[in-house]
Amino acid sequence: MASRALYSPRHPVLKKRDDFEDVLEERRRSSDLRYALRCYTPTLYKGLVPCKASMLKTIVLQSDHLQYVIKQVSSESGDSTECVAEEASLILDEMAHRLQLSTIRFFAFTLSKAFKRLFRSVCVNEEGIQRLQQAVQEHPVVLLPSHRSYMDFLMMSYLLYMYDLPLPVIAAGMDFMSMKFVGEMLRMSGAFFIRRSFGGDKLYWAVFSEYVKTMLRNGYAPVEFFLEGTRSRTCKSLTPKTGLLNIVMEPFFKGALFDVNLVPVSISYERILEESLYARELLGVPKPKESTSGLLKARRVLSEDYGSMHVYFGHPVSLRSLAEGKINRSQYNLLPRYIPQKPRVDTHEFLNDAAFRLVRIQEENMVLKPWVLIATLLLQNPDGLELSFLTEQTDWLRHLALAFGAFLDWPDHEACSEVISCSLALHRHLLSVSAGHVQLNVTDAPQVETTPEEAVFHRAVVVLSCASYRNQILHVFLRPALLAVAMQSANSNRKDDVYNCFNFLRNMFSNEFILCPGDSIQDFEEACYLLMKHGVLQVLEHEIVMSASGHSTLAFLCSVLDPFLQGYQVVCRYLCEETNENLTEKDFIPAVRSFALKLILAGRLKCCEALSSDLQKNALAALLRLKAVRKVKVGDQVTLKVNKIAVNSLEDTLGKSNVNQNSWCSSMAMLK
Amino acid sequence: MASNSSSSTAQQRLRIIAGHLQKRPEDENASVAAQECKAEAPRSEPSSATPVPRRRQEIMKWNGWGYSDSRFLFTKKGQAEFTGKRYRLSGLILPSLKDWFEGTFGANLQHRSPATPSLNLSAVAPPNLNQPFVEDLKAAGLVVSHDPEDRVFRAHGHCLHEVFALREGRIGRVPDMVVWPSCHSDVEKIVELACKHNVCLIPYGGGTSVSSALECPREETRSIVSLDTSQMSNIHLKDVFIMRCTAVTLTLHIVSLTAGSETLHKASTPLCLSRNTFPVRLLNEHGYCTGHEPDSMEFSSLGGWVATRASGMKKNIYGNIEDLVVHIKMVTPRGVIEKSCLGPRMSTGPDIHHFILGSEGTLGVVTEVTLKIRPLPEYQKYGSVVFPNFQQGVACLREVARQRCAPASIRLMDNEQFQFGHALKPQVSSMFTSFLDGLKKFYITKFKGFDPQHLCVATLLFEGDRGKVLQHEKQVYDIAAKFGGLAAGEDNGQRGYMLTFVIAYLRDLGMDYYVIGESFETSVPWDRVLDLCRNVKERIVRECKERGVQFPPLPLSRVTQTYDAGACVYFYFAFNYRGLNDPVHVYEQVEHAAREEILANGGSLSHHHGVGKLRKEWMKESVSGVGLGMLKSVKEYVDPQNIFGNRNLL
Repeated sequence: MASRALYSPRHPVLKKRDDFEDVLEERRRSSDLRYALRCYTPTLYKGLVPCKASMLKTIVLQSDHLQYVIKQVSSESGDSTECVAEEASLILDEMAHRLQLSTIRFFAFTLSKAFKRLFRSVCVNEEGIQRLQQAVQEHPVVLLPSHRSYMDFLMMSYLLYMYDLPLPVIAAGMDFMSMKFVGEMLRMSGAFFIRRSFGGDKLYWAVFSEYVKTMLRNGYAPVEFFLEGTRSRTCKSLTPKTGLLNIVMEPFFKGALFDVNLVPVSISYERILEESLYARELLGVPKPKESTSGLLKARRVLSEDYGSMHVYFGHPVSLRSLAEGKINRSQYNLLPRYIPQKPRVDTHEFLNDAAFRLVRIQEENMVLKPWVLIATLLLQNPDGLELSFLTEQTDWLRHLALAFGAFLDWPDHEACSEVISCSLALHRHLLSVSAGHVQLNVTDAPQVETTPEEAVFHRAVVVLSCASYRNQILHVFLRPALLAVAMQSANSNRKDDVYNCFNFLRNMFSNEFILCPGDSIQDFEEACYLLMKHGVLQVLEHEIVMSASGHSTLAFLCSVLDPFLQGYQVVCRYLCEETNENLTEKDFIPAVRSFALKLILAGRLKCCEALSSDLQKNALAALLRLKAVRKVKVGDQVTLKVNKIAVNSLEDTLGKSNVNQNSWCSSMAMLK
Repeated sequence: MASNSSSSTAQQRLRIIAGHLQKRPEDENASVAAQECKAEAPRSEPSSATPVPRRRQEIMKWNGWGYSDSRFLFTKKGQAEFTGKRYRLSGLILPSLKDWFEGTFGANLQHRSPATPSLNLSAVAPPNLNQPFVEDLKAAGLVVSHDPEDRVFRAHGHCLHEVFALREGRIGRVPDMVVWPSCHSDVEKIVELACKHNVCLIPYGGGTSVSSALECPREETRSIVSLDTSQMSNIHLKDVFIMRCTAVTLTLHIVSLTAGSETLHKASTPLCLSRNTFPVRLLNEHGYCTGHEPDSMEFSSLGGWVATRASGMKKNIYGNIEDLVVHIKMVTPRGVIEKSCLGPRMSTGPDIHHFILGSEGTLGVVTEVTLKIRPLPEYQKYGSVVFPNFQQGVACLREVARQRCAPASIRLMDNEQFQFGHALKPQVSSMFTSFLDGLKKFYITKFKGFDPQHLCVATLLFEGDRGKVLQHEKQVYDIAAKFGGLAAGEDNGQRGYMLTFVIAYLRDLGMDYYVIGESFETSVPWDRVLDLCRNVKERIVRECKERGVQFPPLPLSRVTQTYDAGACVYFYFAFNYRGLNDPVHVYEQVEHAAREEILANGGSLSHHHGVGKLRKEWMKESVSGVGLGMLKSVKEYVDPQNIFGNRNLL
């Protein structure tokens, strides 16, 4: 099957990646104004029926689908159809984009200025752009960028303008729209706004989905949205959402389009603009409401150096080949196509599977900077490292990462120490370097008197900021790391014992990391293959044996997962020890946070990452999935019912992995 | 029909009707009379009536379509010509065909792929005869043959792979013998003997199948006997009677299996081909017609129409075969199946005719069919409408269907097919005509702003009373105008219909120059017509590319029939196969993919070509497991020994 071949584990070294071009270089040499006013003639879809925004609106409102839903809603609610149609029209007004070239030119000018201040370079793989140019002409295109920063979609539109590609229409959360003026500007640059939640609103869903499908069917413009749904605060890819994916795939399922090109785009930042903002948010300071004044305050970010940025346009994935053999399109033959149908179970599985695979492509094409390696090492050594040792370790890690197929942007002609000092300089606010000793900025004494809680909080901000860089490389080490932990916790070296442990951990963490459902065996084999290739393990017919030289690698891999193991244990312990009968879902996060804080203050827990609300949420989701906790609706509140025995046994199993692993850590320390 | 001849036929028709009306009191028990006639019928008609010779290869190609004397060729000067005298196009030069052919397919007249000139008799396996069966047949006075040429001729239909193999001189499994019954009782005898001696019978009518239905199953170990129905043609005109319900619904009793042709001369009709074939002509002389005109009608047989659920181009007026049939008699291994009366509709459980219609020769041999006939139309007129694009055209046809005012035939050709049709324009004799053509083109493309790369043409055929035709015509053109359609003259319309009759001859020309192709069809609800056409064409292009076809393929589509609930879509697909090792395999893979695409887009497995062996694999998906089981149980009851063992359909 073509789609299988697309994702079958490849030899990591054989992974061919394109070269990058710095797009800012040209901007630094010529006039931004002339650039913004230059002739813009995008490549267009071959079947394009040109249409204005107002025309688009009429098409949407007159569509059979929407008319059908309007009648349905009207008969259910008793309102007249005119009334419902009017409502639909208002929804559409609220939602629709008004792409205008003049606004684009304004953005082209201002963003050129801004990007030049912010970034040293913005690197794009031009081959990817060429592929996109081809793809745009052939079939309607859906752009699927990763989402780490507000910068993402500005950058996407900016680049597409730069390369004479049609500007995308972007599904953006409604919260942007409340930003006066800026909301309008975004709208005129192609954003359309959707409410964050509209679960039960049939009419809203109909207007929205018809709007997206109409744009796609006419090939009017590429549709852009974020598979992850929201910005990842941790820089780990988020479990993808399938709602929008379903909408863009449906015209293909129903035969209205021959094919759709799905283009995953990976956007990576050497330093993320929202870095400490995210960390604070994870620790419970709510995200500031988007407002124009907030944006202006953010102006000070303009004076900082954010290093370089990489945008990698992946190979377009043909939906047709992805769905081949998995979706039986004739299932839609028996109903008129305008009647909305809930996706069937197999369609749902396909959507989920496709979403995971696309996110994995995003992950694989994410460029990693040297700092990611350094951050990983610094987090594993909270007491700091000698600079020379750090250099040595980073170099070792670099080779390990490359062997596992990481897409590392390491300057070729510079000495390792040079590269490291450069990275340290860029991220100096997160660390302290004194007398050749590098340490995370955790013990930095604050100027004013603080409570112990505040001190922990302060430390946690730095750790979580740093973790957000380490997280970028997790997908490279994830499978081998799961295997490494499984090897430690398994009762024997027998392959099936190890696999069972692996499977348990994989299952436990599948809300935390991108692990395609159903790929357990494939992942296991991939992990075995990588570690065997690297001489860490010997995989025999029934046994997996560690090689003599494999200790340090295994220890490193185990400690990669250590914060997560500890964090999940904390959550389990909390649920077993502390909860009363009436724990509501809403109270869960703050309660776990204060529990973790207590442990840290008492010195029983070292790991600050347990404070992260992201980790806590994921752990809860895993427990819910494993049915160790269930939700019960009482009145208008959702409470959590804990099966303490089940949670306890999960914690034990996790603990086993962790205890063994701790001994590994100490043995590694001894080796050093 | 040309108007000059129509007035005389109309008068003739009136005379006949008058005659019937006079006789009417005596016709009280007409159906009884018909029954009697049938009983004494078989050999009463003069034997000169048989239209097709037993040795068909004497007048027809053994490895291509149609008559041996009629073929397209490129002359030394590179001009295309159609030889022979049979058709309106015969003897004419087609000046633009070469450029279209070379330009579209990337073909070159220097690169030829000629066919093996004659059948290599040593390539035909010796017959596996069941001697006792042969002797019994001979004793019963039946005509049989095991001449290799006769057997090879009946071993194939006209699928691409079948014709391609013949052209290369490759002969697969062929029937071991041919038998020619001449009447119903002959057939009964043959079937009885076949059961007795356990031989496999494959009914053979016109041999125009495009579903591998005539292929001998490879796994068949018994002796295979081809049962050629061509000598059973027999039409009983003296029994014409008027059904009492209406004055115009006439039922004609035809004991016939082949509506084929014998006398072929250049017709006076404006149509390119002689449609004046034997039973049709006889009917016409009496002022009637059946109205059933499938594109293969020159060669295909009445029994074949019934056995495949055929559809004719004028079905809008006359209906498809299932609407035309009043009575069927079929000989099966279990005995004869027929209804007891000629009632126009019966509520006697599921209609047994529908077990026979579309049974594809798996249950028995159809020996007699009673068809409705209609008075010949007084007036016939072609027409055409140009639309700016295919979408508008489809919308127009849909509206015509909604208003139920479709003319006898209405077809919508896509842009590529329109251009194809244009390439078949004969040399114009006068400067004036070519000037007029130029003017028309200018008007449509420059003045009206139609894009020559997008415009498409609907071809129309009106039939009926002169006054009504003109009125009808106006109605249709008015609807077309609402969808941006412009009337484009009779000539374009006629040429459109000509295309469907010469396409099979054209395929032979293509195959002389490395171009292979075929047609396939489907039916689909209106709201999916556009999507289906586009997706199937794109699928073809993509599959060809993936399979290493060096030149861009040519997929054409045509909405060829309209119904209340949908349309029949017809595809042609051809490509230049230079550089391919196994072009037929590539072709088959692409056609397979195209069929999958059709099914995925809500199209049916077949509208009128049938299933045969080519499309068997999708039967279960198409009619559900239970549906297939029902059909299988009928087969099991009717033919437990699998005497009719062509293994079609099920």
